[in-house]
Amino acid sequence: MLTLYTRRRIINAVGLLVSILAMAFGLFWLCWILLTLLTHGLPALVPAVFTQMTPPPGSTGGLLNAIAGTLMMSLLGTLIGTPIGILAGTYLAEFGQRGWLAPVTRFINDILLSAPSIVIGLFVYEVYVVHVRHFSGWAGALALAIIVIPIVIRTTENMLRLIPNTLREAASALGAPQWKIVSFVTLRAARAGIITGVMLAIARISGETAPLLFTALNNQFWSSDMNSPLANLPVVIFQFAMSPYEDWQHLAWAGALLITMSVLTLNILARILFRQSATTH
Amino acid sequence: MKAEIATTPKVIVRDLNFFYGNYRALKDINLDIAEKMVTAFIGPSGCGKSTLLRTFNRMYQLYPKQKATGQIMLDGNNVLDPKQDLNMLRAKVGMVFQKPTPFPMSIYDNIAFGVKLYENLSRNEMDERVEWALKKAALWGEVSDKLKQSGTSLSGGQQQRLCIARAIAVKPQVLLLDEPTSALDPISTAHIEKLIDELKKDFTIVIVTHNMQQAARISDFTAYMYLGDLIEFGDTSTVFTNPKRKETEDYITGRFG
Repeated sequence: MLTLYTRRRIINAVGLLVSILAMAFGLFWLCWILLTLLTHGLPALVPAVFTQMTPPPGSTGGLLNAIAGTLMMSLLGTLIGTPIGILAGTYLAEFGQRGWLAPVTRFINDILLSAPSIVIGLFVYEVYVVHVRHFSGWAGALALAIIVIPIVIRTTENMLRLIPNTLREAASALGAPQWKIVSFVTLRAARAGIITGVMLAIARISGETAPLLFTALNNQFWSSDMNSPLANLPVVIFQFAMSPYEDWQHLAWAGALLITMSVLTLNILARILFRQSATTH
Repeated sequence: MKAEIATTPKVIVRDLNFFYGNYRALKDINLDIAEKMVTAFIGPSGCGKSTLLRTFNRMYQLYPKQKATGQIMLDGNNVLDPKQDLNMLRAKVGMVFQKPTPFPMSIYDNIAFGVKLYENLSRNEMDERVEWALKKAALWGEVSDKLKQSGTSLSGGQQQRLCIARAIAVKPQVLLLDEPTSALDPISTAHIEKLIDELKKDFTIVIVTHNMQQAARISDFTAYMYLGDLIEFGDTSTVFTNPKRKETEDYITGRFG
């Protein structure tokens, strides 16, 4: 007959063991993915990747046009999506206490947040690409912006809700009108969290393939014209990795490593930023 | 009640009732707040003392389900009148909260924030006002060389004095203090109590406190509240040494609450 205390200790040990195993299982795949990426990607990551255009099969080349296209579209998508997201998130957190508009918006935003990105790509294809009759960087940026918006709305609202009500009361007790309280006090207090959300949104869109397939498509040559089809890393990886040509496959690995590393860097930066702000408050 | 006769009332509360939804949190409160004196509200948790304080600047208005009925006369105007301009009311009635609430901006801007809402001061005048408020709040000596630093970088006690400086920089007539020292250590508390004694030369002060010794030390008048009723109100020394009501005596002597 075990004592209650011993039984509790055993249950604790078993629970701990199961949790550690689950964690190890998850980490195992992640490490394997990273290891595969590094072993295939690192040898392929030669200087030419950053200086030459995507080649035809059989000749040497790089990913410069794809890197530039991804940077341009991600930047533009972020620039379009971030202001809309921050404003809408601010409305939900600060102004939407009464009425039906805020709950409905929040619900729709949650749906948009989990919408498959291929649906967003198809949507932009249908409403924009079909009408202008060509694929373009604008269409790609638009699709990426639609992915950015719900992420930024959600993080902005959550971060503003973390701001204690006493801070709003304090500003209000001085007689400040609500727009001043929001723009000078609460948004400022939530700044680091909101920036973190934007960075995570950038990390998310920089690897999206599906929304670009129907919008920006791809371009084998250098182009900085947002109104023409634009090369981008995810679609290049998709095409090159599927191809039977070994030099294309190498480039695909190099591109995959590049995206993963930049997403990882963005995530780490976001964490550092958020932690720094947490300690100063 | 000699002191009460000697001073004029600044705030006159008549038949005040307060509701959180359907719950009646204040019941027919009648009370006079003496000008340039310290009035303390004491009582056990949930007695309505903070609720009463928050009706004076209509802080409750931020929350849709809260409402007050009755009269709170400040200089002949009913504060509860829907026509009363909220921002002008809050320019006259400042408030400091339980937890320090510095804004996420520099020490200087924390104080300038409220002033800018009502006055268009030149750079020089604003510098003077900031210095004046910080001196009044007994904080100038500690922060005069770091006005550009973030207000959140100060210690808890300094933050609370910053909040007091911020409130008085607007030059209100009434200062509401909602348990201003309950989150502070004894030394910071002593600072603030000394400060309150100084401030009553210029301001009418109403303070909510959990700490009966504090009420006895710093206030001229004391109101004892219980379950939304004002049980006893009078001269602090009378309330503490010779309470008229049995309930007050029980609370003060620690037999209850």
